[in-house]
Amino acid sequence: MTQIETFYEVMRRQGITRRSFMKYCSLTASALGLGPAFVPKIAHAMETKPRTPVIWVNGLECTCCSESFIRGAHPLAKDVVLSMISLDYSHTLMASAGHAAEAALEDTIQKYKGNYILAVEGNPPLNEDGMFCIVGGKPFVKQLRHVAKDAKAIISWGACASYGCVQAAAPNPTRATPVHKVITDKPIIKVPGCPPIAEVMTGVITYMLTFDRLPELDRQGRPAMFYGQRIHDKCYRRPHFDAGQFVEAWDDDNARKGYCLYKMGCKGPTTYNACSTIRWNEGTSFPIQSGHGCIGCSEDGFWDQGGFYDRVTNLKAFGVEANADKVGMTAAGVVGGSIAVHAAVSALKRAQKKQEKAEG
Amino acid sequence: MTDLTPPHLRSFEASVLTGDATPEDLETLRKRSSVYVYESPVRLWHWVNALAITVLAVTGYLIGKPLPSMQISEATHQFVMGYIRFAHFAAGMILTVGFFGRIYWAFMGNSHARQMFILPITNRRWWYEVFYELRWYMFLVPEPKKYVGHNPLAHAAMFFFMTLGITFMMLTGWALYAEGAGQGSLPDTFMGWLLGLIGNSQILHMLHRFGMWSMVIFVLIHVYAAIREDIMSRQSTVSTMLSGHRTFKDDRPD
Ligand code: HEM
Ligand code: HEM
Repeated sequence: MTQIETFYEVMRRQGITRRSFMKYCSLTASALGLGPAFVPKIAHAMETKPRTPVIWVNGLECTCCSESFIRGAHPLAKDVVLSMISLDYSHTLMASAGHAAEAALEDTIQKYKGNYILAVEGNPPLNEDGMFCIVGGKPFVKQLRHVAKDAKAIISWGACASYGCVQAAAPNPTRATPVHKVITDKPIIKVPGCPPIAEVMTGVITYMLTFDRLPELDRQGRPAMFYGQRIHDKCYRRPHFDAGQFVEAWDDDNARKGYCLYKMGCKGPTTYNACSTIRWNEGTSFPIQSGHGCIGCSEDGFWDQGGFYDRVTNLKAFGVEANADKVGMTAAGVVGGSIAVHAAVSALKRAQKKQEKAEG
Repeated sequence: MTDLTPPHLRSFEASVLTGDATPEDLETLRKRSSVYVYESPVRLWHWVNALAITVLAVTGYLIGKPLPSMQISEATHQFVMGYIRFAHFAAGMILTVGFFGRIYWAFMGNSHARQMFILPITNRRWWYEVFYELRWYMFLVPEPKKYVGHNPLAHAAMFFFMTLGITFMMLTGWALYAEGAGQGSLPDTFMGWLLGLIGNSQILHMLHRFGMWSMVIFVLIHVYAAIREDIMSRQSTVSTMLSGHRTFKDDRPD
């Protein structure tokens, strides 16, 4: 086996200057929330470590993760990361096709056995033996199991791979299943979102490549540095929430004033993501900034949480869908009414009894 | 002056001499007995808890369905939603501390302090009494029975809506609180697991909201029943929760 190149060598080969390389190192350090002291460490790791190849496979998905990824806000980071990833096999980005592509995949697996990172975009449908998603003539679930077997770690890109997303929304006819429910013996990092933010994607890959381990994860297996807080916690409209100033209708004056979108069903208070800090499209904006509530795309089962425009949503429990307020108010009304009737009957009975007593 | 009072009522001398008691009054007075049931920590907890739940239900409702927008001043100087949430969290903390205190008292207090926490479901007689009390509420029997502690129906309601209900509200409430407090915080260390278990916190919010409605329904029935029993049953209720003494209105058995 030939000597595996270091990250640095790969980058230089890709025409990246030393100066750009150092910039990238400091950018990454700050993106990951590390101090300046980490810049030389990252640089050193990059210079001395053999690059870790990344195999990127696609199941049931819409390619929005890839689309997001190649639109990284910092072109530098994106180029570097792209050059690090073995693009021998990536549906969207690879040059080869057909048998050549499948052969390239096998090559990479053999060459880097136990050393590569598997990035999964989309998820496998399990119904009908997985026939709802065919890759290279075989069900995707087969390919996924095959590639995952020798992977060091797995990245679940986006809501599809992490939670199932729209194809897994009720009633989930194809039984689309998130990656961690199919592959259970590998460390899996979830990077949910529909799609995830580009900088989050590059940041996660860079961290794993430089430090040779998964970043700190939260309870659901998401990188804590990007999914540690809710949109609501860092939202620039938060002061209006605390003040009790809300958009009451889409075309009202409050909407023009940029008040809080809570009453319009914004899912910011229940959504863990970095949109309100990193934002999208080179830090230009994010949904709330453009006047629309968050739909909670990086949360588990966000398609099945009732309307995007309702704050108090339906809940599916015991097979029935119900809205807490509708059920609760109706029940309270019925109980209140019954009490009134019961009280009236009680009073009547009591009067009757008294009369009987009086009459002896 | 001859004493008109029958000999067995002579002990109520003060009432007789001040003229505020008729012979009928004195007859009843003799028959009435009272039992000290609810010790002061139970009573204190009851009213603190009732107040906390009232505040929690009102503020909680307004958290999900906020008041109409107000333009009192600049957002920086206005904190309407903030105060509502603060009141909710403060009451939530009082509820939590109170409930733990109540559990402590279940161990330290008299047997009635334990009633709320245990349902004697293996006791056939208890089931009979539940249905008997139910029949009393359905006007099928002319008279309820006497109970020293909670009547069996109230007992069951308190167990499900309060013992389990408050536990449910505390668990879900603190898990929601953990979201704001942040990862690694104390609430997160204790209750964050629930968030991880449920996945999407929107679900948690709605479960918590369902819980509020169950509390509201309990309180409606509870307050009605307490006042109704006080008037119509053979024993005191509302004053029992104030003084701790259960008075019985007649000396007939059962
Ligand atoms: C009887 C007890 C309680 C009732 C009736 C109650 C009721 C409610 C209701 C109706 C909501 C709004 C849910 C929504 O629509 O999003 C809410 C939210 C909340 N409650 Fe409670 N709650 C109770 C106890 C607690 C406790 C013990 C805590 C813990 C401190 C707590 C903490 C919270 C938090 C953190 C929220 C979310 C606030 C936000 O999203 O801004 N609650 N509660
Ligand atoms: C939010 C409102 C309230 C809640 C959550 C509540 C809850 C409770 C609970 C949990 C108990 C059982 C006490 C124990 O075993 O430690 C209880 C007992 C009792 N409560 Fe309340 N309560 C509320 C309001 C009231 C009000 C307004 C009254 C008076 C009208 C009242 C009268 C009573 C009485 C009389 C008992 C004793 C029942 C018995 O005699 O067996 N409660 N309540």
